Amino acid sequence: MMRIGVNFFSAIGRRVIEGVWRLGYVTRFLMLTLLRSCTSLTRPGLVIREIYSSGVLSLIIIAVSGLFVGMVLGFQGYETLKTYGSEQSLGVLVALSLVRELGPVVAALLFASRAGSAITAEIGLMKTTEQLKALEMMAIDPIARIVAPRFWGGVISMPLLAAIFSVMGVFGGYLVGVVLIGVDDGAFWSQMQAAVDVRHDVVNGFIKSCVFGFAVTTIALFEGYDAPPTAEGVSRATTRTVVTSSLTILALDFVLTAFMFKGV
Amino acid sequence: MGRTTLDLWVGVFVAAGLAALLVLAFKVGNMRSVNLSDAYTVTADFDNIGGLKPRAAVKSAGVVVGRVSEIAFDDKTYEARVTLSLDKRYTFPKDTIAAILTSGLLGEQYIGLDAGGSDKKLANGDKIQITQSAVVLENLISNFLYSKAAGGSDKSPAPAAGAPATQGTQQ
Repeated sequence: MMRIGVNFFSAIGRRVIEGVWRLGYVTRFLMLTLLRSCTSLTRPGLVIREIYSSGVLSLIIIAVSGLFVGMVLGFQGYETLKTYGSEQSLGVLVALSLVRELGPVVAALLFASRAGSAITAEIGLMKTTEQLKALEMMAIDPIARIVAPRFWGGVISMPLLAAIFSVMGVFGGYLVGVVLIGVDDGAFWSQMQAAVDVRHDVVNGFIKSCVFGFAVTTIALFEGYDAPPTAEGVSRATTRTVVTSSLTILALDFVLTAFMFKGV
Repeated sequence: MGRTTLDLWVGVFVAAGLAALLVLAFKVGNMRSVNLSDAYTVTADFDNIGGLKPRAAVKSAGVVVGRVSEIAFDDKTYEARVTLSLDKRYTFPKDTIAAILTSGLLGEQYIGLDAGGSDKKLANGDKIQITQSAVVLENLISNFLYSKAAGGSDKSPAPAAGAPATQGTQQ
């Protein structure tokens, strides 16, 4: 009985110490990545390659998901707004939900599972097959050559993907609301333009997507870099990337929303 | 380093992303009507602003001519001081009336400007002298009930004692 209690508390203690240790390590890792980004500036080809693999290759899933999310919003919003006789506000509902919340958040969740997991698996495998060590042997800094370009590729791609997601969503809402159901075309756009404020809604959504891109890419890179060099280690690291980044995105979204939209 | 197809795709992606941001700013948002650099500010004091919020619309004849930029409380006069930024393209006479109105029964509140007949125009930093406060529904109802009770059963003081003191908003 006594032993079980002691084991229970020591397990909690181990997890807390492990968490703090990882937090410190990830901070140092991030600082190091930022400090050694000069290579990415002098060799933009490296960053462009990473924008391709995390941005361009995610384009299809982001655009299609955005379109469908917007179309569903169009249907559901119409059903609800019809009850209050304000179908004209469908454009406002679709645009505000997408620009403020769904665009950045859903795009970031998709980005974490599409591009984040790929980054983790790639770097984890490089570590497992000792390619990172080989680079060090050749006096090439793996953080400057491998990590930093992927970091900037992700940070640049994410806001663009979120913007594309929102635009596709608004287009999907337009397709369902105006083309399919028959909400008035002029009212749809004019009410949307009257309600969506550039500084308050579009810029805040953009800031959110930048923060999410930063967080997801950092987590993905760190999990890959920190993965145990075994097949099982890489697979667990990939899972951890998706789980940790999803939770981080949702928590950050709450904090950012509380700061940005505190009921003005 | 030569050009590759990879560069082309990244170029397409970045262009699409920037285009999406522009669409959000101009087609979804209202970048065109926001010209805060081309605005002049006037102030107006109200007894009661009701539910007026910063960034609420300022309309004249139903057309949006500006925004509420700031709402403050003046503890000398115990009135609300509302700062309006108006579009430079529109000028108003000095004796313009500012009223707090509601769009629809449950809609948001905005400031309506009724132009007067003066030859002098409002300039930057001027104060609108004639204002009309927001209609507070509770006061309206209590006024109505009070007058109904007073008129119905000849001057029974009972409901008057229970009714809240009506302040400010009788026009």
